[in-house]
Amino acid sequence: MLAWAIYISFAGALVQALLPKGKAALSRWLALAVATAGLALGVAGYAASMDQGFRVIVDLPWVPSMGIHYMLATDGISRVLVLLTGLAAVAGVLFSWNVEHRTNEFFAFFLALIGGVYGVFLSFDLFLLFVFYEIAIVPKYFLIAIWGSTRREYGAMKLALYSFVGSAMVLIGLLAAYTTAGSHSTGLIALAHAGLPVSFQMWCFPLVFVGFAILAGMWPLHTWAPTGHVAAPTAASMLLAGVVMKLGAYGCLRAGIELFPHGLDPWGFSFMGIGSWRDVFAILAVIGIVYGALVALAQTDFKFVIGYSSVSHMGFVLLGLMTLNQIGMTGAVLQMFSHGVIAGLLFAIVGRIVYERTHTRQLADLETMHLSKRLPFAAWAFVIAGMASMGLPGFSGFVAELQVLIGAWKVDPWWTVAVGVGIVIGVAYVWRALQKAFFTDKLPTAHVLEDEHAHKLAPITWPEVAGFTLLAGASLVVGLYPRVLLIQIEPAVRTLLAGGVR
Amino acid sequence: MNYAELFRITLPETALEVAALLILIADLVVLRKAALKTRAGVAALIGVAGCVAAYCAMPAQGIASPGGLTFHATGELLLATGGFAAVAQIGILVLTALTLLLLVGSDFTHHVGEYAAVVLMAATGGLLVAAAQDLLVIFLGLELLSLGLYIITAFAKRSGKSAEAAIKYYLFGGTAAAFLLFGFSYLYGIAGSTNLDRIMQSMYGWNAFHTMPLLYVALVMIVAGLGFKVAAVPFHLWAPDTYEGAPAPAAAFIASVSKVASFALLISISTAAWHAFSNPSSMQQTMGALQSHAACGTACQGFEVSWSLILAILAVASMTLGNLAALVQISVRRLIAYSAVAHAGYILLALAYFSGTSRSADAVLYYILTYGLTTVGAFGVVAVVERATGSDRMDAFLGLHKRSPMLAAVMLVLFLSLAGIPPLVGFWAKFNLFAAVLAVSAGPVPFTLVALAVGFSAVSLYYYLQVLKRVYVMPATEETAIKTHPVSTAVLVAIAAAVLLLGCFPALLDGWIQSFTLTR
Repeated sequence: MLAWAIYISFAGALVQALLPKGKAALSRWLALAVATAGLALGVAGYAASMDQGFRVIVDLPWVPSMGIHYMLATDGISRVLVLLTGLAAVAGVLFSWNVEHRTNEFFAFFLALIGGVYGVFLSFDLFLLFVFYEIAIVPKYFLIAIWGSTRREYGAMKLALYSFVGSAMVLIGLLAAYTTAGSHSTGLIALAHAGLPVSFQMWCFPLVFVGFAILAGMWPLHTWAPTGHVAAPTAASMLLAGVVMKLGAYGCLRAGIELFPHGLDPWGFSFMGIGSWRDVFAILAVIGIVYGALVALAQTDFKFVIGYSSVSHMGFVLLGLMTLNQIGMTGAVLQMFSHGVIAGLLFAIVGRIVYERTHTRQLADLETMHLSKRLPFAAWAFVIAGMASMGLPGFSGFVAELQVLIGAWKVDPWWTVAVGVGIVIGVAYVWRALQKAFFTDKLPTAHVLEDEHAHKLAPITWPEVAGFTLLAGASLVVGLYPRVLLIQIEPAVRTLLAGGVR
Repeated sequence: MNYAELFRITLPETALEVAALLILIADLVVLRKAALKTRAGVAALIGVAGCVAAYCAMPAQGIASPGGLTFHATGELLLATGGFAAVAQIGILVLTALTLLLLVGSDFTHHVGEYAAVVLMAATGGLLVAAAQDLLVIFLGLELLSLGLYIITAFAKRSGKSAEAAIKYYLFGGTAAAFLLFGFSYLYGIAGSTNLDRIMQSMYGWNAFHTMPLLYVALVMIVAGLGFKVAAVPFHLWAPDTYEGAPAPAAAFIASVSKVASFALLISISTAAWHAFSNPSSMQQTMGALQSHAACGTACQGFEVSWSLILAILAVASMTLGNLAALVQISVRRLIAYSAVAHAGYILLALAYFSGTSRSADAVLYYILTYGLTTVGAFGVVAVVERATGSDRMDAFLGLHKRSPMLAAVMLVLFLSLAGIPPLVGFWAKFNLFAAVLAVSAGPVPFTLVALAVGFSAVSLYYYLQVLKRVYVMPATEETAIKTHPVSTAVLVAIAAAVLLLGCFPALLDGWIQSFTLTR
């Protein structure tokens, strides 16, 4: 059933591409229908397999001579991420309701991207996973380059090249693992059971991990993320932060840690306290958390604040993965979901609700606009989203980050201390942005008030309210009742830690 | 060899020649007064019919018995049938038919009949090259192919560029042919035979040990000659000029058919080298030679080792220079030319690490056939755009998605396939090729080379995106619609659909190639 989420997305993309020009309304409703169907399938698939672990959806030989299978399957982790993709897709369509320029092409690329993302989360053949991963790269480029804003061609090309370099690294690792295993299969299960030599895993693991981690925004290879996010149109930056960065993190987990578990073993020597790839990547993740937060604090462009906050939050995911214990990795997966929803929400507020009306994202300009009075919905929406982003209890971010912190504490308390600093800075940059953009203390003069009265900002439309409700609701539900996701994630992480897939 | 057998084996070549003559007769006698469009249509139609006839006339269609034309006196093979030679020949026929169909929508010459006839004759040379197992037949086929290519390059008589490209191509080609012949003569001197298998076998003997330096000279000469045909660095200098100056259908032919034939020849040579080693009777000879000359050492594998080394060097040089030079091109044709150099580099890598099983040959054929198909399509789009805008500069492609959504979509599919983005066929070709290299040897050196190749395909995305950026992203300078001839439209859409379909179901083409080669 879940496989249909892939097919209808690609079919939707094809129909959109063939749609005659000038049918913007039809195109929108069609995109919404496809995205909603995907979400419905995701929810139904999630609910239907509540107490089941690993489930094969379809398993057909694809290229028999090379042992490549068209194998779609799910476990708790992928089902959670499919759910996230559905949410992000629906919200993305809702927040791009006002796209008038080449509307059908926009949604064609959008749905093709969504289809590729669904594909990655559902593939259990390394090769198939890679194919879907690459399918997701190209639409991103066009979405940003055609419909983007600030320095869009630069941002788009940078993102495409970073992604492609990452995937080239993954491809090299894939070829190497396939040849070394000699099992003539690219199935994740077959490769995980192939007994790859430890020395091989030692060099192949970092290759594949870094290849995927580029897309997950790992410091210092994160630089595509802020420029890409800022350049992208709202829906694309929601998808970029919401699901595409998750592709990277998911790849790190699925193809990195699961396939090459011994790649994380100690080297046998240590240099300045770093004794394994695990230490290396954990430290990079911690640096990413603190660095992202610090840089976000200094930004003058509202969207850059959110862009760097994404880098910071993705650091939690990578750190969680590197804890290699039950609670830390569960937290990492939950953080993928949580960040997907919250970052989507933040980008939607900044990119769609605020920027499309004020036509500036400079905090200094926004300061003079008294948005809390003129756009109270935006102000309160950002308060809620900001609280979620800070990791206040009651929102999904709190549960996820807490679990990651506990997991990290078990491994090395110093990591937790450093991350704690990052969280405090996180509160500071959200606060600063909130205050500067919405709740400025400069009182408007009578003249300014008159002027503002004359140029009323466009009213909030229903798709914006609907999209906000969807994402904020998701974060709140998970925050208040995390079991709804943990019930799926925990068994999956447990089997993963107990020795790879199954 | 008797004449009946010769006639039977060369029936496909004969069919093409007959078609060429029919075209000339139809064009010069029957249709003297007809409009250019009619003449082009008839010429293309007869040409395609000739290709179909040649396909039907191919001996041993079931390929149950790979064999061919042999000398009765010695039992040496002259022309192979079946196996990968048949795959390459069918590929040549299909690509020739497609390039002939591109002629219908073009207007670079009034002498369409002669053009089509020369194309068919060149394709005959291609068929011979793909099947040849003897140095003399190889040379004959290559010259037949090359002469045709020189002529069609110069066919746009009103264009100075075309003449310049042709003379450059001709001079380089002549030099390369001289090198090749020189190398062949040395090889004959070492081995005492012109038959590929016989030459390879004698490489393991006593004789070869004493002539190692001579063998290197011969191989370098031969590689210079063949490297020219496949446009490998440093013998690639003709490619950008020829691709830029030749009329588009001719450039498509050069970039596809000639490449397929030349790589088929390289497969023949590599396979022969392997057979000599794995063939039981020759193995005995080798063992005998080993025992009688204990000092043999490394020289015993003389051909394999030196051949691989030279090809690997060319491969690295080609993919490096091709990809880097393509980054700075502003003419789309030159960009395709440099990317062709890069693609040749990838394929040479697989030829350098060639396996005795059919795995490597399959992978190379898969690559070159799909690459040829994609390039024909790319030149088809370039031809249409060029006629509408008068230029093949990248800026001529500005706003193509508005001027002709069909051309833009075809361009998107083809260029992404060339860059190796799944699920398009170019990705599978690359994956298959690199997996074949690593299947032969997974040592650090081949692995590094494969990593380099994969890295360079990441680089290549940049220049392909530069073109696609103009097609889809950047604002149009002109918005008048571009009209495409229905035949061109059909060909281009069919090619794009094939690239997509073969990419989604890679087992189709793979299985088809294996149905020929696995019996060997």
